[in-house]
Amino acid sequence: MSQINFLQKVRIDRAQIDTLFPSLKKRGYSLIGPKISDGAIIYDYLDSIEELPIGWTDEQEAGTYRIKQRGDQALFGYSLGPHSWKKFLFPARKKVWQGQKTSDGNFKTIQEIATQSQRFAFIGVRACELHAIHIQDQVFMNKQYQDAEYTHKRTDNFIVAVNCGQAGKTCFCSSLNTGPKVSQGYDLVLTEIIDDATHYFVVESGSERGLEVLHELSFESVSNSDLEAVERCIENAIGQMSRAIDTTDIKEFLYRNYDNKRWQELEKRCLTCANCTMVCPTCFCSKVEDTTDLTGDYAERWQTWDSCFTMDFSYIHGGSVRVSTQSRYRQWLVHKLASWIDQFGTSGCVGCGRCITWCPVGIDLTEEVKALRLAEWEAINGKS
Amino acid sequence: MLPGPYDLSLVEGSITTPQDLTRIQQIRAQSNYLVTIGACATAGGIQALRNFKDVKEFINIVYAHPDYIDTLATSTAIAEHVNVDFELRGCPINKQQLLEVINAFLHRRKPNIPSYSVCIECKQRGNPCVMVMGKPCLGPVTHAGCGAICPSYQRGCYGCFGPMETPNMSALGDWLLQKGMPQKDWVRSLRTFNANAPAFKEESDKHELRE
Repeated sequence: MSQINFLQKVRIDRAQIDTLFPSLKKRGYSLIGPKISDGAIIYDYLDSIEELPIGWTDEQEAGTYRIKQRGDQALFGYSLGPHSWKKFLFPARKKVWQGQKTSDGNFKTIQEIATQSQRFAFIGVRACELHAIHIQDQVFMNKQYQDAEYTHKRTDNFIVAVNCGQAGKTCFCSSLNTGPKVSQGYDLVLTEIIDDATHYFVVESGSERGLEVLHELSFESVSNSDLEAVERCIENAIGQMSRAIDTTDIKEFLYRNYDNKRWQELEKRCLTCANCTMVCPTCFCSKVEDTTDLTGDYAERWQTWDSCFTMDFSYIHGGSVRVSTQSRYRQWLVHKLASWIDQFGTSGCVGCGRCITWCPVGIDLTEEVKALRLAEWEAINGKS
Repeated sequence: MLPGPYDLSLVEGSITTPQDLTRIQQIRAQSNYLVTIGACATAGGIQALRNFKDVKEFINIVYAHPDYIDTLATSTAIAEHVNVDFELRGCPINKQQLLEVINAFLHRRKPNIPSYSVCIECKQRGNPCVMVMGKPCLGPVTHAGCGAICPSYQRGCYGCFGPMETPNMSALGDWLLQKGMPQKDWVRSLRTFNANAPAFKEESDKHELRE
């Protein structure tokens, strides 16, 4: 087998997949992917395939995360960690302007901040995460307003996606149709098949450049049993998901439940710490801060991640609009699941479950949606 | 003390003696702006642990001549005694934040000193949450400013910057107790440098009573 077509699946043995990294590197991409750091599987710069969390997986529950050995040598045998790709596309902190005071008292730009010119190849992107990237594309690359740096990074962003074979307990992508099978926006998609006897990948290209890279790897044709193994892998991930959001009528439901009694529960439980928004792969809020030096002649402007859970976020002259905890949680959840649809045409949630795992006190939005629905039902029909 | 008046006075330390009580009034009267810095000045400091006990008993135990000691029964924040224009938190304070506050007052702008949780700066650094990975951490109820130093070294936050803007103390306390933290440990973790900060004090008092 020497020539492959677009969307044609091939089989690559574990030993041969190593050449993927040099193949991407020689094209000038900075490789980013999963690795173990400080007891978690995070996303960071990678040099070789050996740095992947080989043989590791994770256990997750609301407010709990632990890594553990799998007992095999899987490269992508974990679910999602605390980082998302926005760490690289939409950095937490960046300087956006610097200026010097001129003799007429105004500030003049000194040295434009260079747009980061890095080209990233993301390794191991899950279906839900690809959806999250596309959701942020709507925000940062829409026709009206474009973030130059984000647009630049996304213009030549090589995506090596992975069909999910290991979902976490807090995952619920299957209920939102955002996974676990990768469906769009990738250059290459891998499915890792591992059992006692074999370890290989079924690989498919989704772009011209993906196809070009694929041709440099050592591949074989796929058998029917390989394709069946791919389907089983995805079925397995679906089976591992115990959470779901019922999206029926979700926008209208949340809009009419502004005064639902369940919100009061959040007043007691939510820490307003903002962890959910920081780990969310679609949350895009930022603020800008201007600072001066002691002379007052030099100033800088910094952009940093912000969160709707802070008091400053809704501060207007005279005070914050959303003072209570429940009003801030409601703002986040209703925006994510309802008003996002009006704003960008899709839900803001991809079902990755990070906000559930990484909430320090384990607040679970899938539970909250259920409880809100029950509370509405009870308000109309009386307690069941 | 250099003769006043002063444009901007930075005050460290808490009010613990009768002399402090009169001196802070003099400083306030001579200062255009008064900024308190550090956990002692903004919350009473570690010495505010006396507020939970009888200070006379300590003096009798520690000193050979207790009558030489002239101290107040409590250690309190400067803002409990005079009007304070800005409180800069931390034990110790962050030097970049101090510079930012001085710059802001000098150029008549609002200081960029966020009062949200340590979690925001912790996540901006890319740290996986130590609490979710099993270590008790005060980060979610603690005021940002240190740059999340302890969680960056896989330790829980000690709350050196005191309570954040809207601390939900009982939500964090209930979760930690339910995860197995003994009640007395929860009380002790709140009784450090910011023990007398109202949110920390109220929560530790509540659990001390329950014990």
